[in-house]
Amino acid sequence: MSTTVLFDAPGPRTRRLTLVLNVVALLVLIALAVVVLQKLGAQGQLEPAKWQALLTERTWANFLIPGLVQTLKAALLAVVGSVVFGLVFGLARLSGAWPVRAVAAVVVEFFRAVPVLVMMIFFYLGLARTGLVSPSSTPFWAVVIGLVLYNGSVIAELVRSGVYQLPRGQREAGLAVGLTPSQCLRSILLPQALTAMLPSLISQFVVILKDTALGYIITYPELLASARRLGSGDGNILQTLLAAAVVFIVINTLLSFAAGRLSRRLSYRTAGKTRALHEAAEGNEIG
Amino acid sequence: MSDYLGDFASLLSQYDVLAAFWVNIQLTFWAALGSLVLGSVLALMRISPVASLRAVGAGYVNIVRNTPLTIILVFLVLGVWSQLAINVSSDFNRNFFIYAIIGLSLYHASFVCEAIRSGVNTVPLGQAEAARAIGLGFFPAARHVIFPQALRGAVTPLGNTLIALTKNTTVAAAASVTEISALMKTMIEFRPDVIVAIFLTVALGFVVIVIPVGLLTTWLSRKVAVKR
Repeated sequence: MSTTVLFDAPGPRTRRLTLVLNVVALLVLIALAVVVLQKLGAQGQLEPAKWQALLTERTWANFLIPGLVQTLKAALLAVVGSVVFGLVFGLARLSGAWPVRAVAAVVVEFFRAVPVLVMMIFFYLGLARTGLVSPSSTPFWAVVIGLVLYNGSVIAELVRSGVYQLPRGQREAGLAVGLTPSQCLRSILLPQALTAMLPSLISQFVVILKDTALGYIITYPELLASARRLGSGDGNILQTLLAAAVVFIVINTLLSFAAGRLSRRLSYRTAGKTRALHEAAEGNEIG
Repeated sequence: MSDYLGDFASLLSQYDVLAAFWVNIQLTFWAALGSLVLGSVLALMRISPVASLRAVGAGYVNIVRNTPLTIILVFLVLGVWSQLAINVSSDFNRNFFIYAIIGLSLYHASFVCEAIRSGVNTVPLGQAEAARAIGLGFFPAARHVIFPQALRGAVTPLGNTLIALTKNTTVAAAASVTEISALMKTMIEFRPDVIVAIFLTVALGFVVIVIPVGLLTTWLSRKVAVKR
C-alpha cells in the first residue's frame, strides 16, 4: 500500500484528536440512526411482523429462493456464453487477417457502447416476434443474450489487452526459437494472458450477476422481481427489497473475495500482471 | 424498403427521441457531479490516517459496488418514496428524476472512489517519501505532491466510470423516469414492425455519445500522463 507512507505513525496528540473525532462521529451517526428509525417508526415500518416475515419458510421457499434460482440460471448461462463470445472475438481481434480484425473491432466496440438494458428490451420485444422461443421464456433469453453480448465484448477486450500487456520478450523469445506468430500466440502468449486475466474475469462475473437484476424491468421473474411481488402482496416491500439486496451483496462479496485471492495466487504463474480487484484501474468491472 | 423508412420517419415525428436522450444527458451530468463529490470524499477517507474513516469508506464501497443498481433505484422509489413518503420535489415527475440522480450518484460514487484510489496507487512511493522528507504533513503532501499526480493517473478510470454512468442512466426507467430506454419500449410496442430501425437509432445514439468520451479520455490521459 502506497498510502501508508502518506502519513507518519500517529503521535500522542494525533491519537487523542482521532479519539475525540471518532467519538463525535459516532454520536453523529447515532443521532442519524435515531432520525432514520423515527421516520421508519412513524411510517409503521418497524412493526415486528414486517421484519419477522423475512424469517418465515414461505418467504424463502415460495419467493426468494425461486427468484434466486432464476437469477443464477440466467447468470450462469450468461457467464458461459460471454466467455465463449469473448474468446472468439478476442482472438479475432488478434488475428493476422485485417478484415477479421476490423469486423471483430466493430462488433466489440458496438456492443460495449450500447447499454445492456437497451439490448434486453430489444430482444424482449424482438424475440417474441420471431417465434423462435416460447413466449414464457422470452424474458429469460432476452436477459441472457443482452448479458452475453455486452460482457462477451468486455471479455474480448480483456483477452486482447491481456496479450498486449505481456512483456515483449515473451513473443520475441517465441519467434526466436522458430515458432510462427500464430503458434507463438497459442502456446506462449494466450496461456499466460488467460491466467493473468482470470481475476478480472471473476470480477466480470460480479457484473453479470448484478445486471441480471435488469431483467426485473423486462418482467423476468428473478430475485428482485420476486422480492417485489412478495413485498407488494404483504405490504412490507421495504423489508423484502432489503433482503434481496443482502443476498446479492453476500454472493458478490464472495466472488470479489475469490477474485482477490486468485490474483495473488496466480501472480507467479504468468509474466503478465494479475490485477487484484482494487487495482483494476481499467475499470472493466463497472456494471 | 422506402415504405419501411417512411413508416419509421413518421414514427420519429410522433415521438421525441432527442428529448428522451436529453433526459439521459441531464441525468448523466447531475449524477456525475454528485458521484464525483461523494466519491472524492470517500477516496479521501480511504487514504486518510484515521482507521475508522478508512473502515467506513471501505465498507461503503464494498457494499454499494456489490449491489445491483436496479435494486438501489427500485428501493428509492418503492421503498423510500412510496413507503416512507419522502418527497424530494413537489412536482410528481421531477421527484422521480431527482431520486434517479440520487441513486445513480450513490452507486457510481463507489466507482469514482476506486478510480481516484487507483490513481493514488500510480504515484510511486518515492514521491510520498520525498514529500515527507522535506517536512510536509498529510494534507500538504496530499495537496502539493500526491493528488496532482494521482488525478492524472485517474483520468482513464474516471472516464470509464463516466461512460458506465452514461449507459446506466437507462436504468432510471426502473425509477419511472421517462428516458430513452422507456421511450424505446413505448415506440416498439406502438410500431413493432420497425423494431430494428428503432433499436439501431437508440444504439447509435449511445455510440455517438460514448465513443467520443472514450477517445477524449484516452487523449487526455496521454496528454497529462506523468512520464516515468
